Amino acid sequence: MARFVELRDAQRELATFRRRVGFLAVFVLVLFGILFLRFGYLQVVRHDHFLTLAENNRISVVPVTPNRGIIVDRNGVVLAHNYSAYTLEISPSKVADLEALIGELATVVDITPRDRRRFRKLLEESKSVGSYPIRTRLSDEEIARFAANRYRFPGVEINARLFRQYPQGELFSHVVGHIGRISQRDVERLEADGTAANYKGTDYIGKTGLEASYEQHLHGTTGFAEVEIDSGGRPVRTLSSTPPVSGSNLVLNLDAKLQDMVYRAFGDRRGALVAIEPATGGVLAFVSKPGFDPNLFVDGIDPQNWKELNEHLDKPMVNRALAGTYPPGSTFKPFMALAALTYGKRTPQQAISDPGFFMFGGHQFRDDKVGGHGMVDMYKSIVVSCDTYYYVLANELGIDPIARFMAQLGFGAKSGIDIPGEVSGILPSSEWKWRRFRQKWFAGETISVGIGQGYNAYTPLQLAQAIATLANDGVMYRPHIVNYIEDIRTRARALIEPKPLRTLEVKPEHIRVIKDALVGVAKEGTSARVFAGTSYVSAGKTGTAQVIAIKQGEKYVESRVAERHRDHALYIAYAPADNPKIAIAVIAENAGFGARAAAPIARQVFDYYLLGKEPAGPEKEADATAH
Amino acid sequence: MRQLIRRATHFLTAHVDGPLVTALGLLLVVGIATIFSAANQSLPRVSGQLVNMAVALAVMYVAANVPPHFLRRIAVPAYVLGLALLLGVALFGEVINGARRWLNLGFTRIQPSELMRIAVPLVMAWYFDRHESAQRLRDYALAALLLVVPVGLIAKQPDLGTALLIFASGAYVIFLAGLSWKIIAGLVAAGGACLPFVWSALHDYQRQRVLTLLDPTSDPLGAGYHTIQSTIAVGSGGLLGKGWLNGTQTHLDFIPERTTDFIFAVFAEEWGLVGNTALLLLFLLVIARGLVITAGAPTLFSRLLAGSITMTFFTYAFVNMGMVSGILPVVGVPLPLVSYGGTSLVSICLGMGILMSIQTHRKLVQT
Repeated sequence: MARFVELRDAQRELATFRRRVGFLAVFVLVLFGILFLRFGYLQVVRHDHFLTLAENNRISVVPVTPNRGIIVDRNGVVLAHNYSAYTLEISPSKVADLEALIGELATVVDITPRDRRRFRKLLEESKSVGSYPIRTRLSDEEIARFAANRYRFPGVEINARLFRQYPQGELFSHVVGHIGRISQRDVERLEADGTAANYKGTDYIGKTGLEASYEQHLHGTTGFAEVEIDSGGRPVRTLSSTPPVSGSNLVLNLDAKLQDMVYRAFGDRRGALVAIEPATGGVLAFVSKPGFDPNLFVDGIDPQNWKELNEHLDKPMVNRALAGTYPPGSTFKPFMALAALTYGKRTPQQAISDPGFFMFGGHQFRDDKVGGHGMVDMYKSIVVSCDTYYYVLANELGIDPIARFMAQLGFGAKSGIDIPGEVSGILPSSEWKWRRFRQKWFAGETISVGIGQGYNAYTPLQLAQAIATLANDGVMYRPHIVNYIEDIRTRARALIEPKPLRTLEVKPEHIRVIKDALVGVAKEGTSARVFAGTSYVSAGKTGTAQVIAIKQGEKYVESRVAERHRDHALYIAYAPADNPKIAIAVIAENAGFGARAAAPIARQVFDYYLLGKEPAGPEKEADATAH
Repeated sequence: MRQLIRRATHFLTAHVDGPLVTALGLLLVVGIATIFSAANQSLPRVSGQLVNMAVALAVMYVAANVPPHFLRRIAVPAYVLGLALLLGVALFGEVINGARRWLNLGFTRIQPSELMRIAVPLVMAWYFDRHESAQRLRDYALAALLLVVPVGLIAKQPDLGTALLIFASGAYVIFLAGLSWKIIAGLVAAGGACLPFVWSALHDYQRQRVLTLLDPTSDPLGAGYHTIQSTIAVGSGGLLGKGWLNGTQTHLDFIPERTTDFIFAVFAEEWGLVGNTALLLLFLLVIARGLVITAGAPTLFSRLLAGSITMTFFTYAFVNMGMVSGILPVVGVPLPLVSYGGTSLVSICLGMGILMSIQTHRKLVQT
């Protein structure tokens, strides 16, 4: 019986056991079913998603940066080009202790304190991750030494990079400008333009001058290579590639030799010169002195050099030719005379008697020549630069008609030249004064405006454009530095078309009168001595711009005034007089009378440009009869 | 002569189970092919695994020829030895990769937890078999103690993956021994209530793995990297796969541990859903055969042992594929018979050999 029970128990247990095995079989099927559903979900439902992820894992799009276009002068002289060099670069994100690392590196390659400062500054300026150069232009020996010690420096590598170089140094610093590392602000601008993609892999962008204004032509189009990479980011093979398109070259209207000559002609003086071809607006020379070495900026300037440049008394960073404003002084007179003719306020023959001063409202406006110039007509007023004639004239014309006329000539407005940074200057009018000071215009203020003083303030570029327009019989062109843009693959040239901005509303015979008087200045007037014996006929006008106001009843005595408070010397001119090929405006800061310092520079420019003559030795300062 | 050959053949193959060895062989072929691809067609890797297989198959053959009652006899000594070694590890073990798992015997280093994989189901099957006629709750409690002590020691090493799998192998024995459903339900409920305490006892990296499973993107380059990349590999394989040797995730080194624990990602990427389904069916074939053997086994000892071996095999496969496809946390469990590695291959084949032995020695003990 007991045995039977035991047997029955065994039977029951076996049945229980088999049920449990059955349960486990179902358990297995359910869990494998879940796996199957999971596989179906991943491999069918979300297949596209994961395939994209796998492809993104696998393929990295690597930008291939284009070569930047080069910049040459009209004769092919190189002003900006690229050279290849090795740099030592650190990826800060991969380095724990930067200072220690740089200290270690210094035992292998030369790292100057300047390199360290520059590197620090680069790091501060850029937020994005990447690698930054601690040293550029490594020597072969340094490369070899680093390569042997490479294992000690994770996060440091050597890269071959193209560098921008400006072989002419400071000579073209204000025209060609320079490139620099792309800053956060540049990135924002590029993103706003929608051109950020084209700058992938590019570290540099034009910051000033032509490098900035022609950035889109110079930069070129970035190419892309689709590269298969492994999980460590190492390239395995290239799948496809779109080669980059090199940037276009710029060929300028500028003449490097002329530029160099002008630069040297200024000697130690500060100043600016703009030379324009009147018939096209092409800029032949564009000088602002002093300049600076643009090569310092290419890889980020170090704080010390930056401080020196920024705080220098001569302000080498200011582009005087288009951002420096100066009273035009007597160079304003020919345009005043033209206004008088156009408004019918004067005839060429009409003469005044000059007692040497003009009284207005109990205030004496003095002429430079004590006792006056006697009887003065329009021709004589320009040739001898008679102030009294223009005091009277300005008073009769009134400030607003003067402003209206001068605006036509481009005074007080940006010329639209193809480099950035231009300022408008000040063309005074009653409206301008109200806007600026909330004050009424006083008739007495008009009088000094007549001789180019008072509120008048223009850039050398504006003066050059005005005289070029006069030389071109009233047809004004937009000044442009670039002659043409050359596609380096197709050699196709895109000309910067001379664009007539406007034609002055003046009668040709009136222009004739003024031009004759300007010829008179160089022949028998204030700059006659400087231009004595030229084989061509030139036309010009001297000017002197006051830097500090002279008190009533005081005489300006040059020797008593501190150097930086002396008057600026100006000269505007064109030549040959009958068929002008070149028009220029020169300003020599704190150089005194216009004829003495500015006109001789103009003479050298003409001699070189028209005759091919190079200046013989150091320039002589010719004495002038008057300003 | 012919008869002699037939008898010899019969003598040699009498204890080999046909269906089991077929499914096993196919899985080994899948393993070799996938290792060849995963190891970037490295022949040393493949020949290394072939040697492992030869050893494992020899072990299986020997085990198949050892009668179950012999296993029953060595159950207790094996368990005691294993436990002693585990204690030795806890006291004098060598620390490798932050875990104290190895014991240095002077001439070689051993990992005693491997021995426990088989010793635990053996001793528990032996225990229930001994108390076959009168099973009371106390017997279950004692059996549970036999299980919990080694599991606790292994979990402490820490080797949570192995501990969980050994725990599972013991739990299957208890389940098959007939623990009442009420108590099972009570234990599950109690286990659920204990979760917060278990959580606080886990190591940081273990918690991290669980959290990563819930949201792999929270740490895509750290703890989530394995799961994300293996899921991408599986998903990008699609219906038909990228083809053998053509998996980009595999060959560009995005899949970690791709010849061992994550080999399934390689297989799934290259063979797609079709291959996965075939692989699931192969595993299912092994498991089904194992359960059939279990159900037909003559003694309680062999029944419990066969059930535990089969279900542990299933658990390995499920946990591994679940981990690679991102539904289970990352635990160091190889895919049985496919992953590279001698230890796991030998212990799986040992289990398979025992299954065969149980099946083929059936008639001998039937009375």
